[in-house]
Amino acid sequence: MLRRSVVLALVLLLLVVGAALIDLWPRFRGSQVPDRFGFGTPATREEIRQADTDVTPDGRGLPHDSGTVSQGESVYRLRCAGCHGATGTEGPFDRLVGREPGDRFDFGRDPKFLAKRTIGNYWPYATTLYDYINRAMPFDAPGSLSSSEVYSVVAYLLYRNQVIPGNAVVSDRTLPLVHMPARDRFVVDNRQGGRSVR
Amino acid sequence: MTRRVTNSSEFVDKGEKERVPSFSRRTLLAGAIGAVSASLLENASTLRAQANALIQPPGAIDDPGKAQGHIPTELGERSPFEHPRRRINRPAPSGESETPLQDLFGTITPSDLLFERHHGGVPVIDPARYTLLIHGMVDRPLKFTLADLKRFPAINRVCFIECSGNGYRGFQTTTMKRDATPSWIDGLLSTSEWTGVPLATLFREAGASPDAKWFLAEGSDAAHMTRSIPVEKALDDAMIVYAQNGEAIRPEQGYPARLLLPGWEGNSQVKWIKRIELAKEPFMTREETSKYTDPLANGTARMFSFVMDAKSLITFPAFPATVSKGWCVITGLAWSGRGKIRRVEVSTDGGNNWTNAELQSPILSKCTTRFRHAWKYDGGEALLMSRAVDETGYVQPTRAQLVAARGAGTFYHMNNIRGWKVERGGKVFFHVET
Repeated sequence: MLRRSVVLALVLLLLVVGAALIDLWPRFRGSQVPDRFGFGTPATREEIRQADTDVTPDGRGLPHDSGTVSQGESVYRLRCAGCHGATGTEGPFDRLVGREPGDRFDFGRDPKFLAKRTIGNYWPYATTLYDYINRAMPFDAPGSLSSSEVYSVVAYLLYRNQVIPGNAVVSDRTLPLVHMPARDRFVVDNRQGGRSVR
Repeated sequence: MTRRVTNSSEFVDKGEKERVPSFSRRTLLAGAIGAVSASLLENASTLRAQANALIQPPGAIDDPGKAQGHIPTELGERSPFEHPRRRINRPAPSGESETPLQDLFGTITPSDLLFERHHGGVPVIDPARYTLLIHGMVDRPLKFTLADLKRFPAINRVCFIECSGNGYRGFQTTTMKRDATPSWIDGLLSTSEWTGVPLATLFREAGASPDAKWFLAEGSDAAHMTRSIPVEKALDDAMIVYAQNGEAIRPEQGYPARLLLPGWEGNSQVKWIKRIELAKEPFMTREETSKYTDPLANGTARMFSFVMDAKSLITFPAFPATVSKGWCVITGLAWSGRGKIRRVEVSTDGGNNWTNAELQSPILSKCTTRFRHAWKYDGGEALLMSRAVDETGYVQPTRAQLVAARGAGTFYHMNNIRGWKVERGGKVFFHVET
């Protein structure tokens, strides 16, 4: 009888101490961070549509429209030639046209080719042209070209770089299919620290 | 016995214009308006001249112990004798300015001397209208205002930011010259304490899908700077930062908020960030394909080469300094995007003998570390070099090693050992042949 009440008292004591420890545990653990704070507001479908202007190599993000080389030539003369030169090679800013050094992709071997990187010899994806020109060009009025003007100037630049023929129509359907000369030249970074110099 | 009154309101009440307590123009003008009502003879231009005279710090006097100095000011300024300046390399919206490394001490870069590199100029963004959108492969697409971002638990991170093209002038033989300062060689490097919210917190808030492997970061500048970043980095140590060295970040550093990717190339740390989109694949933007890729000698180019490898640079003595015969403390900075600097070795004989330099604590991960080496200069010729070793065991390579590994035409991540030639008599020049 006495022994039973001792056991009972011990069990009760354990329960009390246990409960106290469970209660105190968060204090030992420090402050807690919730899974979510609930800050910010939900973005609406329309807000996302307006902001999501990027274009990926699979063509996602391209608007339903098209352009031609000849239309592109007049857009280029009016809006691009001032910075990139009459034929896309003269500058003063980035050279856009040229296939030098041919099929050799000699950029790493010889510093003289650094300033000669162009759409034709260095850009791996044609869709990137639409993405970049649409949002960031022309330099003096970014984002001011219509979608057909962008398609047209992309068509003109691809034609000037001997990537597509002069009668090609560039559209949301055809642009992702364009195979760029430098498409397979890019490799993932293999530097990883440690003793090796790469 | 007269007691000098120091209460500001009493000064104003007494009309002691030459002792206006605050040096802000607004207060001065307020005081000036009071003065006008007392004496209408003074015209506005005289008042402006007086106000400007008050803003100008007083000139040096022979014994500063013989006169009271100037009173407290709302905004501190540098000593009138100090004029550190960024070197503007290209004065264009797509230009850059370099941190004057040779004029600085310690490791933190003063905020107004942080290097600049932008592709479409510095935009002016109203913080009240700023939002950051997170969408794509998330359960809950969310929009955060600046106030929302500041509600999250903030963390501080002291780390360097270096432009991936930094140091090309110490690599490319065509651009090298003897009269090159540390700023001219490697000035696209700065260090700050950054404050903001871990990107992992925001990704959890939006419910990022475990299948999302990349995210697009887009800036709101005219260049619409966009880079694809692995989600892995977001979950590791990436942040959205809104403060720098204790105050709001500077406009040229991305005000009101930028992406911070400790140890990674500057271009990927998108400034003025307005949108993050999570996806399975990288987006292949212009910057990460046609620009910030490293051509290699084997006819390929390296993509997504984010990490800035270990590097060091002697900032003194360096051109245009002259060393005097006797003891000279060689000092400089070492940093690695892969972690802490373990060791910096210094050579004074062109790399034949190396000695461990003293490292100044704290040695922080992905941060600049200050090194020192006391050297007794004999007045003759010397060739000074520094070589950083990081915690992965990576040793800062020579230019010849980099050329062997990547080719002479490569670009970006040019972290080769730099040399400074000390000529007989102590004049120091950049050593083109190193």
